[in-house]
Amino acid sequence: MIINHPILGPRDSQEFVYLGDASLMTRPDGMTAGIEEFHDWLYNRDNPAGLHRELWYHEQGDRSWLVVTRNTVTHEITSVELARDVARKMGRSK
Amino acid sequence: MSQSNRIAGGQIDRSQTFRFTFDGVPYQGHPGDTLASALLANGVRLMGRSFKYHRPRGPLSAGSEEPNALVHLRSGARQEPNTRATVAELFDGLTATSQNAWPSVKFDALAINDRFNSFFTAGFYYKTFMWPAAFWEKVYEPIIRRAAGLGSLTRQEDPDEYDKGFLHCDLLVIGAGPAGLSAALTAGRAGARVILADEDFRMGGRLNMETLTIGDAAGADWAAGVVAELASLPNVRLMPRTTIIGAFDHGIYGAVERVSDHLATPAAGKPRQTLWRIYSSRAILAAGAIERPIAFENNDRPGIMMAGSLRAYANRWGVAVGDRVAIFTNNEDGLRTATDLRAKGVDVIAVIDARTDGTLLPGIRHLKGAEVIDSSGRLALKTITIRKADGKTETVRATALGVTGGWNPNVNMTSHHRARPVWDEGLQSFIPGDGGPPGLIVAGAAAGHMSTHGALATGQAQAIAALELLGMKAKADTLPKAEDAPISITPKWYVTGGKGRSWIDPQNDVTVKDVKLAHKENFSSVEHLKRYTTLGMATDQGKTGNVIGLAVMAGLTGQTIPETGTTIYRPPYTPVAMGTLAGRSRGKDFKPFRLTPSHKWAEEQGAVFVEVGMWLRAQWFPRPGETHWRQSVDREVLATRKSVGICDVTTLGKIDIQGTDAGAFLDRVYANTFSTLAVGKCRYGLMLREDGMVFDDGTTARMGEAEYVMTTTTANAVTVFRHLEYCRQVLWPDMDVQLISTTEAWAQFSVAGPNARKLLEKIVDQDISDDAFPYMGAGEITIGGTRGRLFRISFSGELAYEIAVPTRYGDALIRRLMEAGQEFDAIVYGTEALGVMRVEKGHVAGNELNGQSTALNMGLGKMVSKKKDSIGMVLSQREGMVDPNGYRIVGVKPVDPKGQLTAGSHFLEIGAEPVMANDGGWLTSKSTRRIWAAISP
Amino acid sequence: MADTLHALTALGHAAPETVEIGPYRITERFDVALASIASRKGRDKDVEKAAKAENLPLPGPAAAAEGATWASFWVAPQMWIVEAPFASHEDIVSHLKPAFGDAASITEQTDAWVRFDLAAPDLVPLMERLCNVDFSKAAAGFASRVVVEHTSCYLIKRGQGEVTLYGPRSSARSLLHALETAATSLL
Repeated sequence: MIINHPILGPRDSQEFVYLGDASLMTRPDGMTAGIEEFHDWLYNRDNPAGLHRELWYHEQGDRSWLVVTRNTVTHEITSVELARDVARKMGRSK
Repeated sequence: MSQSNRIAGGQIDRSQTFRFTFDGVPYQGHPGDTLASALLANGVRLMGRSFKYHRPRGPLSAGSEEPNALVHLRSGARQEPNTRATVAELFDGLTATSQNAWPSVKFDALAINDRFNSFFTAGFYYKTFMWPAAFWEKVYEPIIRRAAGLGSLTRQEDPDEYDKGFLHCDLLVIGAGPAGLSAALTAGRAGARVILADEDFRMGGRLNMETLTIGDAAGADWAAGVVAELASLPNVRLMPRTTIIGAFDHGIYGAVERVSDHLATPAAGKPRQTLWRIYSSRAILAAGAIERPIAFENNDRPGIMMAGSLRAYANRWGVAVGDRVAIFTNNEDGLRTATDLRAKGVDVIAVIDARTDGTLLPGIRHLKGAEVIDSSGRLALKTITIRKADGKTETVRATALGVTGGWNPNVNMTSHHRARPVWDEGLQSFIPGDGGPPGLIVAGAAAGHMSTHGALATGQAQAIAALELLGMKAKADTLPKAEDAPISITPKWYVTGGKGRSWIDPQNDVTVKDVKLAHKENFSSVEHLKRYTTLGMATDQGKTGNVIGLAVMAGLTGQTIPETGTTIYRPPYTPVAMGTLAGRSRGKDFKPFRLTPSHKWAEEQGAVFVEVGMWLRAQWFPRPGETHWRQSVDREVLATRKSVGICDVTTLGKIDIQGTDAGAFLDRVYANTFSTLAVGKCRYGLMLREDGMVFDDGTTARMGEAEYVMTTTTANAVTVFRHLEYCRQVLWPDMDVQLISTTEAWAQFSVAGPNARKLLEKIVDQDISDDAFPYMGAGEITIGGTRGRLFRISFSGELAYEIAVPTRYGDALIRRLMEAGQEFDAIVYGTEALGVMRVEKGHVAGNELNGQSTALNMGLGKMVSKKKDSIGMVLSQREGMVDPNGYRIVGVKPVDPKGQLTAGSHFLEIGAEPVMANDGGWLTSKSTRRIWAAISP
Repeated sequence: MADTLHALTALGHAAPETVEIGPYRITERFDVALASIASRKGRDKDVEKAAKAENLPLPGPAAAAEGATWASFWVAPQMWIVEAPFASHEDIVSHLKPAFGDAASITEQTDAWVRFDLAAPDLVPLMERLCNVDFSKAAAGFASRVVVEHTSCYLIKRGQGEVTLYGPRSSARSLLHALETAATSLL
């Protein structure tokens, strides 16, 4: 697969490490959320046949974490964003 | 018998003669020959035996679709099984032997299987080897293993090398027949970066095998002219002998280039084959079409082959396969074969034409509405039996029979992303369906445009279309004149009425009867049909036979062929050797080595090395007189405990963490607290995963207000770094933290033992007394003026330090340490002694941190701070993980010092039944002197 | 015992090696000091200003740039590796810290890497066997992380026949072996 890196352009997916569902970005705050909430966040995920937002790491590249929107049936990639930008938009900070 | 079947013409170089042997018999051929064409030229038609029935077989085709003529190519360690003689390029000194036959291809003992054919029908394995179950391992499996498979392996290491590489292009053209050449020329002239790949050693595709003309030139000459023009264009890369093996995602194609397969041995340093990864913006599939047979009884004898292949052998290779040739056809193309062969002076005794309409060939016995119903000849074709339109049968002598049931567009690669081909009623064939690999378009016969003009026109049009999508403009040059004959075909899949066997898939010995049996037993879906009968499996993947199988099934179910459906093709297009996929990654080059800074010194000491990940680390340092590793390791441990020992610990991961939020960041990623650590001090840190299990551990030092150096375990250096980047970018994107690995930048040695300080005081320029450099101190020092770092930490339980210098000085430092340590009898110890000492100290390592251990299990439960959020903190509090009766790490000693236990042993009360309920824990790690284990309380 | 420590190259010798295979020349470089510079959060402008004052070029993504004393290449967002002569800049961090202060995180990288300079009239055939970079299309000054025979490297294209390859120092021998093997296969 080719991942169109927002900074570096098209790069071979062989250079990346796959983590999984981008919903992992919504990590609860450990000081306020309990075990239940953490458990749900860590273990319960959808497994769609179709569009899937997922986290990829450009390990053999610029070490950016990316949010890649990929169709799990066709492998078509419709969007690639820097995970840091996405996280900030979600309100994540420090 | 020297090339008795060679006739005039062809694209072989008769000025040179190649000598080769087949089954030990010497023959001659010419440059430009394949093994099959050269054998046929020498009158050899029998080349192998079939898989199940061991029936005598000769080539069916003249290309890579070949199911029958599989041989062992070369000998000794270079012997390659299942090589298709039809594509093996002849070279001087080639040796080949037949396979799947014993004692010889002419007399094969297992041909007895053929007599018991009723026993070996579809589903034979499933039905026969059912019971008793105990027979499987001892009886059935050995029999099947001996009988199964075609070629055999030499079990010797392949002496050749294989390369890998990467190519980029605007347009990849797959296939260099008229469509591919037309496409490549159009795109090449427009300035696009073009790769033109063809599996053949001579580009031109069918043009080399036909007597067709393009413009004023013979087709083969036109092709040679185009190839010459393409070769002159710097933006075009011609890749003959290169098979595109698969269409992968986003324009990536795999290609196998047979760099040296046409040579007896590769030139020194040269690879035998190269596996290319081609990145293309667009691709055109111009893979042509593959002819299919018509099944009739005993249609598998040597001498019976595809009509188009008979023509190819005559036109391209100057070979007449037989002296009395008949043609069995249901379409106009069969007549072309008859015409071409007769023009070459071959005696065409009859054209048996299943069609009832159309014109008759002048001067040839052309039987309309007729069919071939049987053949004879044990090792090669002797006679055929014809049933004429009036129902009367006639047996005639024939040494070759060309059969054609029509041509299947070569849609193989269009299915690699699961697209299903669709049925074309006019062609009576499948053509590419929608949903093929994005960016791949099809031209020429592969798309169902079967005429030469159709190939040239669609090749050009598709190239223009592909380039337009890339924003490039290509010109539509006037096409040269070429034949544009329409298709005339009457569907005919198999001849009915007989009682014998009619082969559909000759490689797997699947006959019409087998398809009927599969249907009777309700395996009528195409996917079941394939698995139950093995139709379309093995090296040829049903390139010639699949469609007939589907047609037979369609007839049985009363459905149409499109209703019956089709299985789809997967990569690779043709078989790929394992060595090609491995490339250079084999033997000691399987992966790169990482060498420690003291490697050179350790080699001089005669150290024994061990692979730790990619690192080569000294395992122990044998001294003269030591005959067992235990002696060396015990000595190293005792010397360290008694005085001082040195160990290269450079392999531990080192990560430089800076930024105003570095301390706060470490508080998040470590279970314990680091923001409170004083500058110039270090602390042991415990890292959890989000699920609460232990991830990694190590010491982290604070080198400045906003500057830390983290140590990770050797094994997790990469994964911890990745995790930290994740935390920094994704979880807490506004933290001011910067990371970089410094593992390689510093050579680091552990100096441990009661005399450690005394030794270091001799070489360190600064005061490192207990007051000046207390326990858990960290700071910058110099060694004879060279910049270094010192950490007072211990993993092995003694007074200990770790000392570091820039890596280039590592070799000098180990030598200086040993020199200064002479008076203390300092030793260097390896990873075994390190393991012993950490076990004795009670430090956990990989054996304990196996992904199933909590901090509590490891006796480190108190390290998990609940005053701050950190990775894994919350879920480490889950019920099952805080169980006070859960596993605990403990040290154990054998009561009997001579007693031996191995790591992994489980503890049971004496006399207790060995069941899970009685499990008292297990031994995780073992030192030479004491044992250490995890057991439940 | 106050002698200074002797240095070894990444290949384990006192002096760097040069290998010539047909038209290909592979030169180990031992005379370059390296450091990483990463802007701290919100300090991009300060870093830019300090770099300008030092005559230290900090190029954009996937690029390398050379100045009089300093050269550098981009490695990650807001992060570069800078190069300077080793003889004058062995303690490279102490040269940089005063210029950048607390605006950047600076880390010595000199001995984290082995540097090989590759030279030939045309490096395209060699590069297409080593890594997936579209070398002939890349402009001079292109810099990228690449994988060469399982080894993670930085590649800087100085020209069609000139390349700098930084690989992990500990794998220097394996990397050289891969380069030699690829070059030999092209003879």
